[in-house]
Amino acid sequence: MTDAVADPISSARGQAQLTTADGIPLKTALAIAQSKARRRAFLLVLPLLAFVLITFVAPIGQMLYRSVHNPAFSDNAPALAVWFEANPTGTEPDEAAYEALVSDLRAMRENKTQGVAGTRINYDLAGSRSLFTSTARKSAKMEPPFKEAVLDADEDWADPQLWQVMRTASSAYTANFYLAALDRTRDENGNIVRVNENRRLYVGNFIKTMLLSALITGCCLVLGYPIAHLLATLPLRHSNLLMIFVLLPFWTSLLVRTTSWIVLLQSQGVVNDTLVAVGVVADESRIQMIYNQTGTIVAMVHILLPFMVLPLYSVMRPINPSYVRAARSLGATSWTAFRRIYVPQTVPGMGAGGLLVFILAVGYYITPALVGGASGQLISNFIAFHMQKSLNWSLAAALAALLLACILLLYWLYDRLIGIDNLKLG
Amino acid sequence: MALPKHASTLERVWHYVYLVICGLIFLFLIAPILIVIPLSFNAEPYFTFTPKMLSLDPEGYSMRWYDLLLTFGMQVPEAARDGSWWADAWNNAAWIKAARNSVIIGFFATILATTLGTVAALGLSRPEMPYRRTIMAVLISPMIVPIIITATGLFFFYSSISISKWELFGWQIPYLGIILAHATLGIPFVIITVTATLVGFDHSLTRAAASLGANPRTTFFKITMPLILPGVISGALFAFVTSFDEVVAVLFIGGFDEQTIPRQMWNGIREQISPAILSVATVLVIFSIFLLTTVELLRRRSERLRGLSPG
Repeated sequence: MTDAVADPISSARGQAQLTTADGIPLKTALAIAQSKARRRAFLLVLPLLAFVLITFVAPIGQMLYRSVHNPAFSDNAPALAVWFEANPTGTEPDEAAYEALVSDLRAMRENKTQGVAGTRINYDLAGSRSLFTSTARKSAKMEPPFKEAVLDADEDWADPQLWQVMRTASSAYTANFYLAALDRTRDENGNIVRVNENRRLYVGNFIKTMLLSALITGCCLVLGYPIAHLLATLPLRHSNLLMIFVLLPFWTSLLVRTTSWIVLLQSQGVVNDTLVAVGVVADESRIQMIYNQTGTIVAMVHILLPFMVLPLYSVMRPINPSYVRAARSLGATSWTAFRRIYVPQTVPGMGAGGLLVFILAVGYYITPALVGGASGQLISNFIAFHMQKSLNWSLAAALAALLLACILLLYWLYDRLIGIDNLKLG
Repeated sequence: MALPKHASTLERVWHYVYLVICGLIFLFLIAPILIVIPLSFNAEPYFTFTPKMLSLDPEGYSMRWYDLLLTFGMQVPEAARDGSWWADAWNNAAWIKAARNSVIIGFFATILATTLGTVAALGLSRPEMPYRRTIMAVLISPMIVPIIITATGLFFFYSSISISKWELFGWQIPYLGIILAHATLGIPFVIITVTATLVGFDHSLTRAAASLGANPRTTFFKITMPLILPGVISGALFAFVTSFDEVVAVLFIGGFDEQTIPRQMWNGIREQISPAILSVATVLVIFSIFLLTTVELLRRRSERLRGLSPG
């Protein structure tokens, strides 16, 4: 660079600018080189980024779309949609409305879609699917006045709430599944109200999932802290050996570990047998430890414990023991030195491990499904239920979207506080 | 962790109590994994130690559940165990078929995840990488997002593009959807392990190679690759285990005939749990001990190569 300044030609021209050998200003050359390096780095990442966007981000995006878009009714009821468009909310359905209904029902019967449309309405108002299938069957023979004909077929059609539900469903885009996921519904005037007490499922379950996850995180911290401390203070030779106890569960199949807990905890299992043999528990009053909340908690703590120990260990290992020694030499008891000097230095590890365990626990599915019984189910299990059993896919998607929002918030927090780069495995 | 000479009695007592507590926690971690091994040799269809087993009577132990693993689903399990019996087992036994599927899916998912992941990790660990943090967050997210959400999304996505009907030169690719899904789930592990190896990577080595006239390809295969290989292999093993242990995506998007070991286990646990599950579990535990050993050896080798630890 000093050569360029000393270069007689450029000095003669009076250029203050530095240039490279081929005469490009140094600043520009550097910018070109840097952007080239940036592009090269980006091109290396691009194939994977494209792969993840297509096979992961796009499917989840499509799922989110499905949670607000359900055309099952709107596609099959065009005439009703026109009537709803023309009349504001709360209008008493008149002859024109019933005429539209009958013409839609006839079209549904022809296309064999009355079941699909009825199912969509059934999500918001239980029992209306059969209304659609039975009335659609009779719709061919109906003659005006349609209002009486329809009400003759089934007087449930007069229900104002049914008309309100059909009104919202006549648009393919709806927030109703989110309302349902939050235990809310719309009354006949379109106001958002809470559903009946005995049908409130999801908000309570979200809260339960959070509380159980917090409890599991707490248990992991209580169990993980002592062994991480032991591993961090032992000489490397011994701690590497003991580390196997933490890493082997980490590498063992989740299903194997869950099976083991079933074997251990069931009422004819090893733990109960031992307790009976020792005489702590009578043979007829064996403790029910599996297929309930206890089973979920025990198995999940076991499965997630390594995720707590590993970050704690990596924070504790480099802590300099002379701080604690200094505190002791200044008169602190070992408890005070531990509490005031050692623990504050491990807070980053507790944060990293705790947040990771909590994130993983909130979305857990397999273990609660296998050992949770009825009381140990988490929100993921409800999503699976709606995907596989009730087939209310839009509600499943809405629940998944809410769960995803929680997870992403925690993930963002994790990235801000700890940084994704510091995620370590083994 | 040795106790100093001046420790008070209370401190001594606490020290031993602490060691006992740690021992119990280690027991909590390891006992459930090891307990399945002796129980899988139970001669009775129970999940607990029978009196005969406790008295170490050979009659209390048997290989019947391992035998069941081989014969379950076979057409003629009673036939003499000659060549055709083994051919029958290979072709029809449910667990063997599941194991074959698991290995095929795991193999291709691992290849895909490791190749893409390693190349991307090289880019991510360059200081010039733009939007590094955001891209990293996106690439790690398959590990963070609950599997049920991923599986739900994939179920809708694959049915909308009807991936099971895709063909390549008139040949229908089997397991394509599951392989892609498992590759996605394995990618975060490859990224994490390979970028961790690249942290200590001395970039002047590649510059030295370039200055000596090597082209980027030669530099990569002769200089970079041998140095990061331990990280790449551990990442690949992580990806393989992820695929080998994955059940939810298979349940959601797998076809009826696409049985894998975890799916067989899942069905076994849900329907009627029999000690045959324990023999599978034992095989898997031994498999994971083997994997853990490999990864530990690789990690030590990598640390030695990069001069991070003396031993």
